[in-house]
Amino acid sequence: MTSHILSLILFTPLAGAFLLLLVDKKNENAIRWIANIVALIGFAVSIPLWFWYNPQSSVFQFVERAPWIPSIGAEYFLGVDGFSMLLILLTTMMGFIAVLSSWTAITERVKEYYIFLLLLQTGMLGAFMSLDFLLFFLFWEVMLVPMYFLIGIWGSDNRLYSAIKFFLYTLVGSVVMLLGILALYFAYHADPANGGIYTFDITRFHRYAFAPGLQWWVFLAFFLGFAIKVPMFPFHTWLPDAHTDAPTAGSVILAAVLLKMGTYGFLRFSLPILPEASRQFVPMIVVLSIIGIVYGALVALAQKDWKRLVAYSSVSHMGLVMLGMFALNPVGITGSIIQQLNHGISTGALFLIVGIVYERRHTREISEYGGLSKVMPVYAAIFLIMTMSSIGLPTLNGFIGELMILQGVFVANKIWAAFAASGIVLGAAYMLNLYQKTMFGKIENPKNERLLDLSHREFATFAPLLVLAVWMGLYPAPFLRRLETSVDHVIARVSPQYATKNLADCGTLLPAASAGAAPTAPLPDVVAQNPAAKFLASVPCDANGKPLSTSSGQAPASSGTGTDIPPPADKKPGDPQ
Amino acid sequence: MLLLIPLLPLVGFLLNASFGRRVSKPAAGAIACGAMIASFLVSLVSVFRLIALPADARAIAQQVFTWISSGDLAVAFTLRLDPLSAVMILVVTGIGSLIHIYSTAYMHEERDAEYARYFSYLNLFAAFMLVLVLGSNFLVLFVGWEGVGLCSYLLIGFWYEKKSASDAGKKAFIVNRIGDFGFILGVLLAFVHFGTLDFQEIARSSAALGPEAAFGTMSLITLLLFVGATGKSAQIPLYVWLPDAMEGPTPVSALIHAATMVTAGVYMIGRNAVLFSHAPQTLTIIAVVGVATALLAGTIGLVQNDIKRVLAYSTVSQLGYMFLAMGVGAYAAGIFHLYTHAFFKALLFLGSGAVIHALAGEQDLRRMGGLKKDLPITYWTFLIGALAISGVPLLSGFFSKDEILYRTYASGHTLLWIVGLLTSLLTAIYMFRIVFLAFHGHRAEPFADAQDRHARPPQSGSHEAAHAAHLHDAPPAMAIALVVLAVGSVAAGYVGLPQALGGSNRFEKFLEPSFTAADVRSTPDVPDDGAATEGLELGLMAVSTLVAVGGIGLAFFFFLANPRASDRVASQFPGLHRVLMHKYYVDEIYDAAIVQPIRIVSEDGLWKGLDVRVIDGAVNDVAGTVGGASALLRRLQTGSVRAYAASLFLGVVLILGYYLWR
Repeated sequence: MTSHILSLILFTPLAGAFLLLLVDKKNENAIRWIANIVALIGFAVSIPLWFWYNPQSSVFQFVERAPWIPSIGAEYFLGVDGFSMLLILLTTMMGFIAVLSSWTAITERVKEYYIFLLLLQTGMLGAFMSLDFLLFFLFWEVMLVPMYFLIGIWGSDNRLYSAIKFFLYTLVGSVVMLLGILALYFAYHADPANGGIYTFDITRFHRYAFAPGLQWWVFLAFFLGFAIKVPMFPFHTWLPDAHTDAPTAGSVILAAVLLKMGTYGFLRFSLPILPEASRQFVPMIVVLSIIGIVYGALVALAQKDWKRLVAYSSVSHMGLVMLGMFALNPVGITGSIIQQLNHGISTGALFLIVGIVYERRHTREISEYGGLSKVMPVYAAIFLIMTMSSIGLPTLNGFIGELMILQGVFVANKIWAAFAASGIVLGAAYMLNLYQKTMFGKIENPKNERLLDLSHREFATFAPLLVLAVWMGLYPAPFLRRLETSVDHVIARVSPQYATKNLADCGTLLPAASAGAAPTAPLPDVVAQNPAAKFLASVPCDANGKPLSTSSGQAPASSGTGTDIPPPADKKPGDPQ
Repeated sequence: MLLLIPLLPLVGFLLNASFGRRVSKPAAGAIACGAMIASFLVSLVSVFRLIALPADARAIAQQVFTWISSGDLAVAFTLRLDPLSAVMILVVTGIGSLIHIYSTAYMHEERDAEYARYFSYLNLFAAFMLVLVLGSNFLVLFVGWEGVGLCSYLLIGFWYEKKSASDAGKKAFIVNRIGDFGFILGVLLAFVHFGTLDFQEIARSSAALGPEAAFGTMSLITLLLFVGATGKSAQIPLYVWLPDAMEGPTPVSALIHAATMVTAGVYMIGRNAVLFSHAPQTLTIIAVVGVATALLAGTIGLVQNDIKRVLAYSTVSQLGYMFLAMGVGAYAAGIFHLYTHAFFKALLFLGSGAVIHALAGEQDLRRMGGLKKDLPITYWTFLIGALAISGVPLLSGFFSKDEILYRTYASGHTLLWIVGLLTSLLTAIYMFRIVFLAFHGHRAEPFADAQDRHARPPQSGSHEAAHAAHLHDAPPAMAIALVVLAVGSVAAGYVGLPQALGGSNRFEKFLEPSFTAADVRSTPDVPDDGAATEGLELGLMAVSTLVAVGGIGLAFFFFLANPRASDRVASQFPGLHRVLMHKYYVDEIYDAAIVQPIRIVSEDGLWKGLDVRVIDGAVNDVAGTVGGASALLRRLQTGSVRAYAASLFLGVVLILGYYLWR
């Protein structure tokens, strides 16, 4: 069973879509039931991945491999590591939530709607599973079409403009990305050391060192494709439109999963396949990410449309994700992945939250609401928790990701970290503003006086997200453990000096950690006996984080003890500047 | 065992949050109070166990679980009880319990669901506050630090239908976040510098280094941490949220915005005393900021007319004292004042709450007066609190405030000492202004027309009418809290009786292990208490006693004996009076310098300008250009066979011509 679990996960939604084709379109409730059950099964069959995944193994797991187009070397090649495994679980869960949230929201063309939603699901899952670059590209494009229709048919006012904008934006990126893929494909073939084979095998690309010049161009090509998806400033303007006009489930999927395609692409392809170019482009990515963080937050502050506000907050959050990733050290990258999951959970939930009142009131204008706490107390409580998750309150998930990213970035460069941390303040400002304007105050609009609180079905869409938010905030260890080898894999490629020094200097720590993860020797005991051991052991590693900043050409690394930092230059009064 | 201390209120929170709407008020109140009192009892047992340990090994640690473990970043969720946190948990659970009990009466007019909501927040606050003071590393502290901020936000905005209340809550949260910005950077820098976030490890590492002569890394770390403290503990420049926080229910002001949460910044510095000791430059900044805040808030407090706002500025001012103590390295004195202040400031707030309760929501001092007769319990307990905070000898505030002033003087900061003394004079004046205006004299106006600033729900209308007929003193649940706190305000200081008065300063000796690194006993930088210094200390005590009595006398003259005089003074300096009434226009300046520019830049500049016009404009232009070009090209597709044939022919001619020409 384990050998085909990925295919099972991948094709369950597709099978459901075919099943729906057979149902009479007038029988809407049957369609709804089938779609919900299929989505639930889709989630259920993916859960074993969490348990069967072996966190110690550094190779791709659950691999399935079969020829696809032998003449060009393309294969049906699936496999996951910790990173994609978590994203797959996020996808199946959010897929189910999206389907469940649509029960009463969608009343027209119900059959087509669910078919598109399920097709989209297969496209996203395929992209996360593919280890063949062409197969990945196929799924990447497959996602586009259903999303286009979801926005264009079931969206709100300006849906056609938004749908086309979404489609063209992404298409431009992916066409250029395809050129990059082909460049790698031919370059790999051209090197006689590779035996003259044609292949799209990503695992081979991960082990091969492409020429720096080629890397530079391909990085740019990939950058366009992925940066649009993330979206990074200044390629983000499709997002507010798409989010605003998409139906609730579309926004949820878009925020929770589709945006992760971009960050997934950077982490799966750009960093390990193009390590040298990745290092070269750090300054550009960092600058764009920091602009994204501050800019997204500031623009969110000015929004009058509830959904648009959440959309711009996504730009800010995803900027942080990108920044953490391009800190190019283990903590930063791990934090980046955790924050991707967090963003999926909290922003997904925030879109569900807007959807609830949109369905009741058919407006997204913030000023139309106010005082909802009084009539919808359960809703208000969930909104509050998700707001806090989004702004990184400790004990909820957002904090873990933010902290790790800031820590990783701080080691790389303190100034970047200071900029990134400004999101802490601005994030609180726009979210609390939103919360105050919608939830607090007196109910002044008579239309809001009789709004119903959450139904059981609606509550069920939030329940898993609430559980995850608290779980990841209080006890993220199971997630972090499953990410270790994925992160090490990327680090070994892109920051080898870190990986090797890590192994040399922290050798004492690593075996302990891996032994601790073995069945019955719990790691906490090791730490419990000597809490200081782990802290002290990490000192040399941390000092080793410093040389990293030289690669970015920003802060001069202090050779020598490595514990002193350069004093802040701007503090000297007698400075000529 | 330690875990139970924060866990019990957390359970109380969960119960009231889940089922509170379905149970009666007494049940909800009982759950919350029960959880707090149980937590207090567990705290007492834990502290007794701690005291039973030998003096140099007083610490109990409990690792709950490994919280974050990834690469270098490894953080355990560990609680640790040492003398400093022992003092804190007793204050939090002890005074917290009293305020819970007081609240059962104070909030009884709320609807059932609101009542349960109130108590669930209060319990949650206590849980986070206990995590804050028990956490053994920066991140666990930060959990509590942010958690109490959330609860403060929720409780300030408890009457969320009132715009000013939800505004105040939001302001508190965001201003605190500005502090957190510095705090988290300080924590990260500390982690990079020391490789750990554990307080003891950091203390040990920094003790191994000498104090920094110039402004170095440790100075930067401590300064960033202090930025966090200025947010949480309402110091310049981030104190602006605290006066507004008075929008919350009065017991909340007593618990969160006087006794416990706002002292978190002081506690945090005390917790990292060794680290801060090695950054003398930062300490100087802290002392100056502290004393400046004390003076600034004291002057504002002189002229405010809202009884709670006066108390709020008084809190800001007293917190400034605590920071002054921290800044001159007198950590024990600062914590001592934190501890005594918790009693008398909670007492004063609860007393003002009793007044507000009796007057159905009236908070304006000018509409009070002569309440002494009707509210005897409130009056006498309030008077004790006012005497204690003014520094009248033999009450708790006298010992702690005097210790701070003495340490300041002894450390050679004469100027700071003078400002501190001046603030002490102001304290006595504004406190007794309240006493005389509210309780003495006679009521200026009937309060029946008092606007309901309390925002009570409508059904309390009948209640107000009942109040109007006859003022009733604090009901039993409130009276108990007032009396116990009054006793505390008198007696709490005696644990720290200085040697000069025949005591042995046991409080300071008890705390000392918390302010030194575990294995590196640095010599305390306080002067040895010899006979000469005893004389000095007694002399300074006499001076501050005179100041306190003088302040009370001035208040008596201006506000009771000769009320016209105060108006005359005010009209003689109209500019100064206006500036003070408007709190130095700090809120207005912040609004004009920070809030409005951000609003304009983000709305008109970034969103409507850059985002919509420039970037999206470019995108649409590209699309438009492509669309236009294809519209032009489309004209070529005429569908006429002859035109196609002609273009075909033309093409052939051109190609052939090219080859022939070549």
